[in-house]
Amino acid sequence: MKKIVFALAATLAVTAVTSALAEDKYKACFIYVGSKTDGGWTQAHEVGREYAQEKLGDKVETVALENVPEGPDAERAIERFARSGCGIIFTTSFGFMDPTLAVAAKFPDVKFEHATGYKTAPNVTTYNSRFYEGRYIIGQIAGKMSKTGVAGYIASFPIPEVVMGINGFLTGARSVNPDFKLKVVWVNSWFDAGKEADAAKALIDQGVDIITQHTDSTGPMQVAEERGIKAFGQAFDQITSGPTAQLTAIEDTWGPYYEKQIQKAMDGTWKGGESTWDGLKDGILSMADYTNMPDDVKAMAEKTEAAIIDGSLHPFTGPINKQDGTVWLKDGEVSDDGTLLGMNFYVEGVDDKLPQ
Amino acid sequence: MDIAQNILLTIMTAATPLLIAAIGELVVERSGVLNLGVEGMMVIGAVCGFAATILTGSPWIGMLAAVAAGAVFSLLFGVLTLSLAANQVATGLSLTLLGLGLSGMIGESFVGTAGIKLASVNIPGLTEIPLIGRLVFGQDPIFYISLILTGGVAWFLFRTRAGLTLRAIGDNHASAHALGINVLKIRYLAVIFGGACAGLAGAHLSLVYTPQWVENMTAGRGWIALALVVFASWRPWRVLGGAYLFGAVSIGQLHAQALGFGIPSQFLSALPYVATIVVLVIISRDRRLTLMNTPASLGQPFVPDR
Repeated sequence: MKKIVFALAATLAVTAVTSALAEDKYKACFIYVGSKTDGGWTQAHEVGREYAQEKLGDKVETVALENVPEGPDAERAIERFARSGCGIIFTTSFGFMDPTLAVAAKFPDVKFEHATGYKTAPNVTTYNSRFYEGRYIIGQIAGKMSKTGVAGYIASFPIPEVVMGINGFLTGARSVNPDFKLKVVWVNSWFDAGKEADAAKALIDQGVDIITQHTDSTGPMQVAEERGIKAFGQAFDQITSGPTAQLTAIEDTWGPYYEKQIQKAMDGTWKGGESTWDGLKDGILSMADYTNMPDDVKAMAEKTEAAIIDGSLHPFTGPINKQDGTVWLKDGEVSDDGTLLGMNFYVEGVDDKLPQ
Repeated sequence: MDIAQNILLTIMTAATPLLIAAIGELVVERSGVLNLGVEGMMVIGAVCGFAATILTGSPWIGMLAAVAAGAVFSLLFGVLTLSLAANQVATGLSLTLLGLGLSGMIGESFVGTAGIKLASVNIPGLTEIPLIGRLVFGQDPIFYISLILTGGVAWFLFRTRAGLTLRAIGDNHASAHALGINVLKIRYLAVIFGGACAGLAGAHLSLVYTPQWVENMTAGRGWIALALVVFASWRPWRVLGGAYLFGAVSIGQLHAQALGFGIPSQFLSALPYVATIVVLVIISRDRRLTLMNTPASLGQPFVPDR
């Protein structure tokens, strides 16, 4: 009898210790719109999560939920995380903005971080990357490399983020070729390899010789490789899909940011209601190797990258006109962040009507 | 003129997976079984086809593996709905969910692997004919299979005794049973055929359309195939017309955007769906004919009495 009691007590003690250990771990949770292995946007976040987990080690438990559709389902998924003891929750797609705020209002003690949005709350902070800096560089490369002077842009949804990317690309291209033109095709999807590939084929058939995309699959890169034209990788180095087609890729490196924010959340120094908008100089985005281009183009790209990093060049510096020819930025004037984050107009040279 | 040929090729490539999956489902539904698992079987075909191609180095073996995988996967549906008389709608939906999840698991290590494309046909002298050479003599093998399948199914259903039997089962399984026809056996064969076709459609995606594997790469094409079958009122050549119309409008709207006509892109994106439904509904507006073509016992489980 004594033995049994002792065994029970020992078991209880062990259970108590292990559960205490488990509770000691700080839980950081991630919600993804796509698959962890999409080779683009979501995979970049997943790599960031792995980086933070490795750096913070045993103190933190990171959990991720993938393929969460934007909309009402997202709210359920976020709420489930909030209930399951997550200390901080990263919601990594623009469409998670309102669901994040709705759940955050119900769970004031949980910390929320929403990527690429513009709404904050006392326990919601937003973070974003200045993708337009990378877009400006690839635009310049396109301006030099294109023989037809027309590039094709495969776009997802007409939200400010995407419009900003289009404008950044064209502004870069026009800085080296003032007559450069841009054709835009909206596929109204973030991820549909077949549809994105069809869009790439349509653009190539209409005479563009460089394509770039703001969608998440490697479909367009494959088409570029097959048709022998050039393209730019999106969110992730896509060189395996386009060994002779990829000029460079804008790579998202979220890892250091995730590590920093989770650490702050654990230390109690995390603040809500903030908006972080980092760029090339902070390392939140970087350029993949410049390949498949002549040395002078590569040198130009590297020089532009260095100028953006040291702050001597802001991609949106006047004179820049809007699509209808009216002045947006006067000579030497630099755009403020507010205009960029709410961008709802094209710059001059876009061969498309912005869907409203 | 090369552009016209390129555009037509793109349209045909976009339509082929829809056509193959829809033809398979048409046979299943004609036998009175509603399998909503097309999307799931298709994505299983896509991943198995890709995996087998990478492991063996031969896209032909990959294609056969995809067909086999689709067939085996559909057998699961068959056992549940035919032998165990489970609800077909619920089982079909679960098959889709299972397929999407399972394919992600199978394909995890193949993401980012460069694919091998199933080579297009090349007949020296014929493929180079201007305007039509590549359309007629230079497409991928699965494209030709899709046409043979459509013709074959049309002939089988309406010109052979076995096809008549299959349709009879779909219209009234109790009467067919009373006549001594083995209802479940024929339905099993139909379901397996549907699965094999969906698998082949998946192989087209991962070996021809975009030779790569990514999760959820079917992106709803299985559902479009299902809708095509209904709107084409269960007739093979109309399914072909519907698939090509859908493909044509899908590609056409991308060109309209690239040309910069200034038509709202949201409207253009919806156009393939709207146009296909409108046209097929107009074609099938004769209510008597439509009723005649609708398998009367579609979706009803059959438990043979001894």
